[in-house]
Amino acid sequence: MYLRLPSKVLERILFFIDSNDDRNSVSLVCKSWFETERLTRKRVFVGNCYAVTPAAVVRRFPKMRSLTLKGKPHFADYNLVPDGWGGYAWPWIEALAAKNPLLEEIRLKRMVVTDECLEMIAASFKNFKSLVLTSCEGFSTDGIAAIASTCRSLRELELRECIVDDLGGDWLSYFPETSTSLVSLDFSCLDSEVKFSDLERLVSRCRNLKSLKLNRAVTLDGLESLLRRAPQLTELGTGSFSDELSPEALSKLSKAISACKQLKSLSGLWDVLPEYLPALYSVCPGLTSLNLSYATVRMTDLVDLLRRCKKLQKLWVMDLIEDKGLQAVATCCKELRELRVFPSEPDLEEPNVALTEQGLVFISEGCQKLESVLYFCVQFTNAALITIARNRPSIKRFRLCVIEPFAPDYKTQEPLDQGFKAIAMGCKDLQRLSVSGLLTDKAFEYIGKHAKNLGMLSIAFAGDSDLMLHHLLSGCKKLRKLEIRDCPFGDTALLENAWKLETMRSLWMSSCFVSFGACKLLSQKMPRLNVEVIDEMYPPETRPESSPVERIYIYRTLAGPRLDMPEFVWTIHKNPEIGVSHLAIK
Amino acid sequence: MTPEEELQSNVSVASSSPTSNCISRSTAAGGLKEHNYLGLSDCSSVGSSTLSGLAEDDKATISLKATELTLGLPGSQSPPRDTELNLLSPAKLDEKPFFPLLPTKDEICSSSQKNIASGNKRGFSDTMDQFSEAKSSVYTEKNWMFPEAAATQSVVKKEVTQSVPKGQSSTTNNSSSPPAAKAQIVGWPPVRSYRKNTLATACKNSDEVDGRPGSGALFVKVSMDGAPYLRKVDLRSYTNYGELSSALEKMFTTFTLGQCGANGATGKDMLSETKLKDLLNGKDYVLTYEDKDGDWMLVGDVPWEMFIDVCKKLKIMKGSDAIGLAAAPRAMEKSKMRA
Repeated sequence: MYLRLPSKVLERILFFIDSNDDRNSVSLVCKSWFETERLTRKRVFVGNCYAVTPAAVVRRFPKMRSLTLKGKPHFADYNLVPDGWGGYAWPWIEALAAKNPLLEEIRLKRMVVTDECLEMIAASFKNFKSLVLTSCEGFSTDGIAAIASTCRSLRELELRECIVDDLGGDWLSYFPETSTSLVSLDFSCLDSEVKFSDLERLVSRCRNLKSLKLNRAVTLDGLESLLRRAPQLTELGTGSFSDELSPEALSKLSKAISACKQLKSLSGLWDVLPEYLPALYSVCPGLTSLNLSYATVRMTDLVDLLRRCKKLQKLWVMDLIEDKGLQAVATCCKELRELRVFPSEPDLEEPNVALTEQGLVFISEGCQKLESVLYFCVQFTNAALITIARNRPSIKRFRLCVIEPFAPDYKTQEPLDQGFKAIAMGCKDLQRLSVSGLLTDKAFEYIGKHAKNLGMLSIAFAGDSDLMLHHLLSGCKKLRKLEIRDCPFGDTALLENAWKLETMRSLWMSSCFVSFGACKLLSQKMPRLNVEVIDEMYPPETRPESSPVERIYIYRTLAGPRLDMPEFVWTIHKNPEIGVSHLAIK
Repeated sequence: MTPEEELQSNVSVASSSPTSNCISRSTAAGGLKEHNYLGLSDCSSVGSSTLSGLAEDDKATISLKATELTLGLPGSQSPPRDTELNLLSPAKLDEKPFFPLLPTKDEICSSSQKNIASGNKRGFSDTMDQFSEAKSSVYTEKNWMFPEAAATQSVVKKEVTQSVPKGQSSTTNNSSSPPAAKAQIVGWPPVRSYRKNTLATACKNSDEVDGRPGSGALFVKVSMDGAPYLRKVDLRSYTNYGELSSALEKMFTTFTLGQCGANGATGKDMLSETKLKDLLNGKDYVLTYEDKDGDWMLVGDVPWEMFIDVCKKLKIMKGSDAIGLAAAPRAMEKSKMRA
């Protein structure tokens, strides 16, 4: 006799398990656990929308209430993926609408969403509560209006850095007078001015509104009025912060801001004038998140603000903060977990050098809880990286962008191999890494060997040979996503480590030396991968086997070939009769 | 081993037999034919002449010939970027830029750069012999896409400009002229276009509100002849020329000290300010600015408020270079015309 956990008991247990990683493990135990798990999963996450068909997901999780999807590869953010590549939300919305009318939440990242999609969502899901679109495109404000007007229980409407066809600000006025359910509204990426009185009324009647992120068209006077009506806000994205204000108006604004006693997160602040920053001082002591990455303000003004933010955990700022400013942050913001420093002029020939590697070293010394770093800098040194790794082994996400391609350690002229070795070895929990600067194959040997928890790695202009890729694909046990641009490796390492690709979500390579022949061979050998050759210059079929392709995107999939490929994307399914020629690999 | 030597040896190993040497697996040696990075089994010779290289290169594939980069001095013929896959006869070759400053298509830029890389790699051992300075070939090697984006050392920059044909807007192997603007690299640095567009609009807005006191920072670049990099200053943080000039003195002290010769660690601070003042106020250096019309003028001739309005860039020039610059009368005339 054997004991079996009754499924009702298992259900009860699973009720407490939210993590999808854990649920995935549960579903592998045995068939009955698989069944129980799938019938109880409410929040579904699909990291690559082409890895699985919408029908399969909808069938497997009939009780799904929330779906998160990601479409284009990460390098699409930097214009490396041509328009029209794919990532369409429509098939998913269609499948959900047909089979899952109780759906409440859709979260999409880097996907193409049309007005039809939005209208379909509005029409099909009676309980729809939450729409979060990050870096999406393809829709207009008309689609937003459809959501606003029809979704009676809408709680979250967030458009984060989307490219929207902005037909005007009317969409906001489509929220019915009876709708009071909004908890979070983010329209910061839209340009047009909304009808302010409608916005005021909306904010007034939504007593549960906690997060409000305005667009630039909202004036400071408008902000003051809104804050007076919504002092319960915990997250605020201001509009433009540079209109001329009389001293009385400024003082009114300060008062309205100070009334927001629960404010934890502040963003927006476009064009903020330094003399208006003191209006924010009253909320600084409570802030845990501050996004100053659009605030072109000098170091001294930034420091005056930041030294009051003793509880700050997340800081996004521009390099205008300079080393000195970061030193001050390291002294005052002891709770800091995440720092991002963006370049104020990314395309400048000779950027401002008052921000150097020393700034990050200060932070690593002073901020004990530092976990996540994104740092743009002109040049760097191995010594600094070694110091940072030694000071902060807790770092989980480390993205360093040395703006100068191939820049060596500027003090010793050596490659940055030793520095990144220290990071890979010292930061044992490192999950995400972006490398830059002059790097040889050695750097990747170190990373492959030591970065045991690394899930995502981004590389540009680095390495010398195939060894580089070989080290990574044969090491890095937990690698899920690898993206590489402009590195001199070729077919060998890729083909030899082909098995690894099925253990990963995806591999992106652009402007490397992988040949078309290798792509075909890989496609043939690994049917559970989609090997996409993305080449706008030369249609792949017309070129010889040995010519290098512009870009390759390889991902594991259960969905087979995708049916929405544009002309410039080739997979072997397009031309199954073309065989493999002179590349012979055992 | 110096880094350069190390890199060279790595790469030369790679280019001669990338497969069997790089990968220690036994299968590699057994099963693979020797390839260079393009999968071609022969290494065609790439010399300093372009036309002959092309003509000989029968082994290379047709499409590659069209886009192959061979190392030649600027001004020599080079194959055009062409979408035709048929071989272009040498007679048809026009000079075309390899590193167009603004790529007409993003893809062209990246694929041309990649093909350039292939050319460099194939001919690495050949090109090695041509350059007396080992450094330069490494950087040619490394910077197969961005010759201008080489290390900050000016020496290397000079070598690189000599060895690789430049794009339209760049200079031709002339180290005394300022380095050309970098070719725009697609998607680099990795800043989202959303952010770039937002910042661009922000700059536009702040330009529109000029003349208002306290309307945000007004950064202008300050360069100095002989200094390795630029600084930026916020003009709105000063209220008169005196403040600006002392700030600049502080900033550029280190550079001029170098030029004066080593003063040693002691007494450095004391000497520096006076030295610099002498340099700036004396004959050696003058402070100039570029105005909205693109003309270079001497700083100090117009009222401060007007100066902030028109100044786009600052430059600390050697006195001898500044002789031809607009003197006071012309500056005042210009400002009258504007008013």
